[in-house]
Amino acid sequence: MSKFVVGSSPHLHNKKDTGAVMRLVIYAALPGILMQIFMFGFGLVIQLGLAIVTAIVCEVVILELRKKDSERAVKDYSAVLTAVLLALSIPPLAPWWVIVIGTFFAIAIVKQLYGGLGYNMFNPAMAAYVMLLISFPVQMTSWLPPVSLSAQDFSIWDSLYTIFTGFTASGYSIAQLQVVADGATMATPLDHLKTSLSEGYIVPEALNNKSFVSSIGEGWGPVSLAYLVGGLFLVKLKVINWHIPGSMILSAMLVSGVLFMFDASTHASPWFHFINGSLIVGAFFIATDPVSASTTNKGRLVFGAAIGFWIIVIRTWGGYPDAIAFAVVIMNMAVPLIDYYTRPRTYGHTVKAKNITSQDPK
Amino acid sequence: MRVLADYDTILEKLSLGQLWDFPGGVHPIQQKDMSNQSLIQKLPLPSHIYIPVKQHIGVEGEIVVNVGDRVLHGQALTRNFNTFALPVHASSSGTVVSIGEHPAAHPSGLSELTICIELDGLHESLATNGVHDYAKKDKSDIINAICQAGISGMGGAGFPTHIKSTNVKPIEFLVINGIECEPYITSDDRLMREHAWQIRQGIDILVHILSPKQVIVAIEDNKPEAYETMAIACQQQSDYQVIKVPTKYPAGGEKQLIQVLTSREVPADGLPIDVGCMMYNVGTCFAIADAVIEGKPLTQRVVTVTGGAIGKPQNVWAPIGTPIIDLLRFAQYEQKKQAHPKIIMGGPMMGFTLASAKIPVVKTTNCILAPAQHELADASNERACIRCSACADACPQSLLPQQLFWYSKAKEYDTAQEYNLFDCIECGACAYVCPSEIPLVHYYRQAKTNIKQQEQEKAQAEKARVRFEARKMRLEREKFEREEKHRKAAEARKQAMTSDGGAAKDKIAAALARAKAKKAAKSETDSPVSAAKDESTLNASNVGETTDSKVQTPEPNNEQAAETSSAQDDKKKRVAQAVARAKAKKLAKSEEPKPATASNTKKKEAETTNDKTLEKSSDEASAQDDKKKRVAQAIARAKAKKLAKAKAAQEQTNNDKPNDEGANE
Repeated sequence: MSKFVVGSSPHLHNKKDTGAVMRLVIYAALPGILMQIFMFGFGLVIQLGLAIVTAIVCEVVILELRKKDSERAVKDYSAVLTAVLLALSIPPLAPWWVIVIGTFFAIAIVKQLYGGLGYNMFNPAMAAYVMLLISFPVQMTSWLPPVSLSAQDFSIWDSLYTIFTGFTASGYSIAQLQVVADGATMATPLDHLKTSLSEGYIVPEALNNKSFVSSIGEGWGPVSLAYLVGGLFLVKLKVINWHIPGSMILSAMLVSGVLFMFDASTHASPWFHFINGSLIVGAFFIATDPVSASTTNKGRLVFGAAIGFWIIVIRTWGGYPDAIAFAVVIMNMAVPLIDYYTRPRTYGHTVKAKNITSQDPK
Repeated sequence: MRVLADYDTILEKLSLGQLWDFPGGVHPIQQKDMSNQSLIQKLPLPSHIYIPVKQHIGVEGEIVVNVGDRVLHGQALTRNFNTFALPVHASSSGTVVSIGEHPAAHPSGLSELTICIELDGLHESLATNGVHDYAKKDKSDIINAICQAGISGMGGAGFPTHIKSTNVKPIEFLVINGIECEPYITSDDRLMREHAWQIRQGIDILVHILSPKQVIVAIEDNKPEAYETMAIACQQQSDYQVIKVPTKYPAGGEKQLIQVLTSREVPADGLPIDVGCMMYNVGTCFAIADAVIEGKPLTQRVVTVTGGAIGKPQNVWAPIGTPIIDLLRFAQYEQKKQAHPKIIMGGPMMGFTLASAKIPVVKTTNCILAPAQHELADASNERACIRCSACADACPQSLLPQQLFWYSKAKEYDTAQEYNLFDCIECGACAYVCPSEIPLVHYYRQAKTNIKQQEQEKAQAEKARVRFEARKMRLEREKFEREEKHRKAAEARKQAMTSDGGAAKDKIAAALARAKAKKAAKSETDSPVSAAKDESTLNASNVGETTDSKVQTPEPNNEQAAETSSAQDDKKKRVAQAVARAKAKKLAKSEEPKPATASNTKKKEAETTNDKTLEKSSDEASAQDDKKKRVAQAIARAKAKKLAKAKAAQEQTNNDKPNDEGANE
């Protein structure tokens, strides 16, 4: 009874490690993912598989090159989460190399070249998404109609075939698959709205368009709601704070509401913005990435609100139908500034010391 | 400036059973049931007790016993010779066997001056001298009794109670802290359950000393029994309130508890008294009652011995100075339940690990925790910070632990301080929640230590600078005074010559002649010497080290005297040069391993400027030497001429100048 181990306090830990946090986020995304598969087919399963494998391979190779413990890094599930978020953002039947290039870019360039987990300035999945969207606009915007409306029957085998060859097992191309039963071409609701508006239609016309009502409008609502359920679960478990999703959705609703009230013929309703596109998944799963988001509560409110603002602005006036990736990447750049100006008042201090000279760690 | 909630608002809210909250906080597993089910047991007397001379925040008292002395229980072993010293007492009777270093109850595990007493088992006590009617006594007498009993804060910090109680500001709330928010610890819980009345007496004494408007006894709501007994003990006093505080760690922190009870925040650079509050631990109240009413010094305290590796977790009355090993044995410590034996003094959140079981119980020891394997966190598996800011959400001080971590790790201490590093209370909530298992508090402690060290060095450098400048001023003043003296002397001589007439002139002429003859003879030997002299001056100035030889050449009456003195001077200078070289070597050696700090650079700059002045002066000196020679020859040629003689006298005055400046080196 002479030699004891020494250690620094606290000696107690809540046993919630990084890996557990990341896994919880993945689990919470499952309802949305399942709904997306149900609505848009098995393509997403294959994309997920490709993305996860690529992410793990990239992570291990780079960490080995950097002579770091790669096993431990893989076990923190951060690479897997990035892969999942990227895979569910891209069209389910995009060619295999799109997701592989995207995941490689996310893990190797955006994450590891900046120093690995905890040091990346940008949200890896969203930076990769932006890169893909700019580089491969056709592949990145070829969304399919909901499975139930598709003119062709579609199996997981077809998905696999399409992703790897560009054609289904029976020889249809993506362009043909996009045609819905009644002959209209499929686009996402946001796509449809943007195209219609540019063609001179007004919003009610575009949304009451026969083909839209019967096909395009369906499918996305349930997916968004499923992600909302998962997201609220994360907030409940205190894996994420409510600040970012709350302020982001509220700000998007406010901005779109003001625009809608200003001119309902050229602006979609807040509800349309809420249910369509990736606002929900973005608010709960993407913008809340801890590494690249603001770290103070006040800062999170600013960060989320700004993303919500940018989403509506880009959706309304930008060149792309959806904007979550751009909005997040833009605000990632502003995080050091936001954190700097939103420090909480320390106990017993009456004024915040604002005389900080050196840069924030980013 | 934040407006403080006023007294009446606070009382009203408290009367409604409402409280405030503090931000952050965590809910670690409690584990209090393990040890709070049985009565506090009396620990059998150990064979030896080890009493550290200093067990509080302040300075150690003066030891008043010698090796071989027999001491009685309660006998003071040290004397408080100033306010910040507290006496320590023998916790049983026996013989002092040694006074020396012994492993201390301190996170560092270093040794401290400790008095070891071999107990005789008789437990003979010194006669006590209690005061039952303390209300009639002078407050200062009571405070003195508390001081003489050696009481310091027993909640953990160990601040001397008598200093805290010597208060002149008005107090609104006297808060008695029975929160005990750390998991596992139940010593205050048991003390309140079993000795509520004596705690109440201690509170009464404090009320007498401090005259607060209101007394609040705060107890966490996970101790219903303690709450009940304290409520009963305090029910007769209308201005005493016993309040249940929701369980949340660290609600027992002084600042947090004040915030919960009053919504007031203790200023970062202030004390609780600045917001009208004063806080005492229940254990301290108990000890105060003992000290004042019974006259008994603080010689024992309640210690919780608990953890998965303890066969019979319980609370014990442990004499101060009892080695931990006796407590562990008494509570049936089973080391085999620990793959890596680990003993913690204090709770699992803020306690520190002990390197040795010989470490004694001290006045602040509230718990000995021996966790079983996997009971607490295993060895830290630190990973990268993912900036999730779970730490910031948990921080009760509203700090940004992730930023503090970043700056502490990068040693950017200035920025860390701007992020209020020193407001960290080291409660450990941040590290408890960190998903990357970063030992955050450890980083903060290191940073704090390094900053304090740097500040000390800075203060020392500043002191050195002030000393250096004072010395420079003094030397300049002395030089000026000397010059003034020489000038007056020269004038006096001039006057004397004119009034004296021939006699003095003749004398000078003769002296000059003698000097010339001698110089002619010596001229060959002289020149190398003077060359060496020049060199030595230069060397000394290059080294930049002061020779400190305040050579005062006596007023030369003739050339010979001047010569002798200059020869002596040479010798002295050579010695000085050697000394300077040695010093420079030493300085170079001592400075090499040290990192160049700002203060060092400053010092060096000062040295360089000094060097420059010195070089200049030595140049002047050699120029004047030459001049002197030439003039002396001229004087020899013009022996009879008065004017030349007067001039020679003037030159000799100048002669002294190099010496003066040499002293200035």
